[in-house]
Amino acid sequence: MRSFPLEIVLEAVANGLLTGAVYGLVALGLTLVYGVLHIINFAHGALLTMAMYAAWVCWAAFGLDPYVAILPLVPVFFVLGYATQRLVIGPASQGDDSNIMLVTLGLSIVLENAMLAVFRSDTLSVQVPYAMEVIEAGPMLLSFPRVVGFGVAFVVAAVLFVILTMTDTGRAIRAVAKERTGAALVGIDVGHIYAVTFGIGTACLAVAACLLLPSFYVSPRVGNAFVLVAFTIVVLGGMGSVPGALIGGLFIGVVESLSGLYFGDSLGQLGIFIIFILVLLFRPTGLFGAKA
Amino acid sequence: MSAPRSWLAILAFAALAALLPLFVTAGTWLNFAIFTLILCVAAQGWNILGGYAGQYSFGHAAFFGTTAYLTAVLQARYGVNPYGAFAIGIAAAAVVGFVMGFLSFRSGLRGSYFALVTLAFAEVFRVLANALEITGGAAGTLIRLDVRPENFQFATRGHFYWVALAMVVLALLLTRALERSRLGAQMVAVRENENAARALGVDALRVKLAAIALSAAITGAAGGLYAQYFLYIDSTIAYGTWISVEALLAPIVGGAGTVFGPVIGSIILHSLAEFTKSLVGRIPGIDLMIFGIMLILVVRFPPRLLPGLLRARLRR
Repeated sequence: MRSFPLEIVLEAVANGLLTGAVYGLVALGLTLVYGVLHIINFAHGALLTMAMYAAWVCWAAFGLDPYVAILPLVPVFFVLGYATQRLVIGPASQGDDSNIMLVTLGLSIVLENAMLAVFRSDTLSVQVPYAMEVIEAGPMLLSFPRVVGFGVAFVVAAVLFVILTMTDTGRAIRAVAKERTGAALVGIDVGHIYAVTFGIGTACLAVAACLLLPSFYVSPRVGNAFVLVAFTIVVLGGMGSVPGALIGGLFIGVVESLSGLYFGDSLGQLGIFIIFILVLLFRPTGLFGAKA
Repeated sequence: MSAPRSWLAILAFAALAALLPLFVTAGTWLNFAIFTLILCVAAQGWNILGGYAGQYSFGHAAFFGTTAYLTAVLQARYGVNPYGAFAIGIAAAAVVGFVMGFLSFRSGLRGSYFALVTLAFAEVFRVLANALEITGGAAGTLIRLDVRPENFQFATRGHFYWVALAMVVLALLLTRALERSRLGAQMVAVRENENAARALGVDALRVKLAAIALSAAITGAAGGLYAQYFLYIDSTIAYGTWISVEALLAPIVGGAGTVFGPVIGSIILHSLAEFTKSLVGRIPGIDLMIFGIMLILVVRFPPRLLPGLLRARLRR
């Protein structure tokens, strides 16, 4: 293994933390949906890709800065997520877990290829003046879009935390997550809460997409790269745990950055998959949660 | 289906399908037919583990790719006889399946967790195959063109079609034999209720391991056929998500846990895709879009047509 000067390692760690926060944001949507609906949403990656294309269209057609595009896209994607759960996933699942797995898989295939049909396989990107800007932090140079992403990811997590703990909807979401039947008995509309949760998860993706866009290319399959990472974070941080997703995201960001530094880009991805497999294999008790 | 009738059905299918190259000689159509048959074998492999034993894998690419690579690399780099390389590849896929199964089933992974871990295993293989030198890295591995039957390369597509068809029929016979065997019954018991099966003395781990090894070998055979037909393999073909999805789509659409499910599913899906393409032109991704829509529809509205033939367990 090569050795690197301390500054380079530190910079890799810092960049890993910055990217990791956005990973955490992607995972946040996934873990929330898992915690409440007990489903693994295989369409999460495709929905992220869709949000990235939406942000790109906002920029290309209306000249909207990706960061500004967060404002219109969050409500749009909330509604989209709500409708997807209400109209597609919910009716098709009939309460069977493997059905949900298959429906979300089908959904991801449809969305991904619809985007391929519309946008073709070319990679697209936005040109914003700050894309290449860096911020000096001591000996390190940090990319400006990633620093913004880091900050916003934490703000979103805080907002989510407030929603979950202090609002009636949040209490209803937690009630459904804990005890589905009991929640229904006290008058909570479980179907509605499922859809709201899915909507919030999708809205998180809209934010993540806008944060990613200035420093990432968009292509029809870009979401796949993030979704396995997000799955890893979710199992690592504990299925359904909001802080777990954020901390897991930071950790995975650093792992990715360091293994990229030491093993090169192509083998660097292995670090994440191997962690994922190891966690699944050796900490399964913690992973099954209330479901088992 | 009663015993003689299912024999007859397999026989009738084999005889009918074998006639195709006598009537269809256009290269593109035969190409399409061979490709569909290869995917059909892959799907039949998935059906053993997913359909009969009830363990949904999202990573059957790990098996497809392993045989595909071994078939190609052993020939191209070590001059192994193609049939030998093919056989070694199939055995290796079974071993990969057994190890993957041992690790995941022993850890008690079920349902979506099993699906996720298989997906991750396949991705590990893909990244490795793309990075290592022995697999040819990103450039892939070519099998040298040397058209001789003893070299597993045939002068006409028709011949390869019959070889692929023979594999499909072999898999059908194997599945039928399994369905009527003690092991097959135990797989179904594990699928329907693992705890109850255990309570009745079924060694669930052993049953699931047998299922995944057999399943991997069959899907692996499809990978070997693929490599041998196209004479080229790279990491996105061999270990890509596309093949994991193809392998599970056909049985789900045609009826998981039935002998003919994967064959029916493959034919429905691929004909539908071709038909749509001829209708709307070559829009990229249109065939996969159809697949995705079919998957959602089949889960939403479980098919009740052709009862007996399509005893789809999705009905529940």
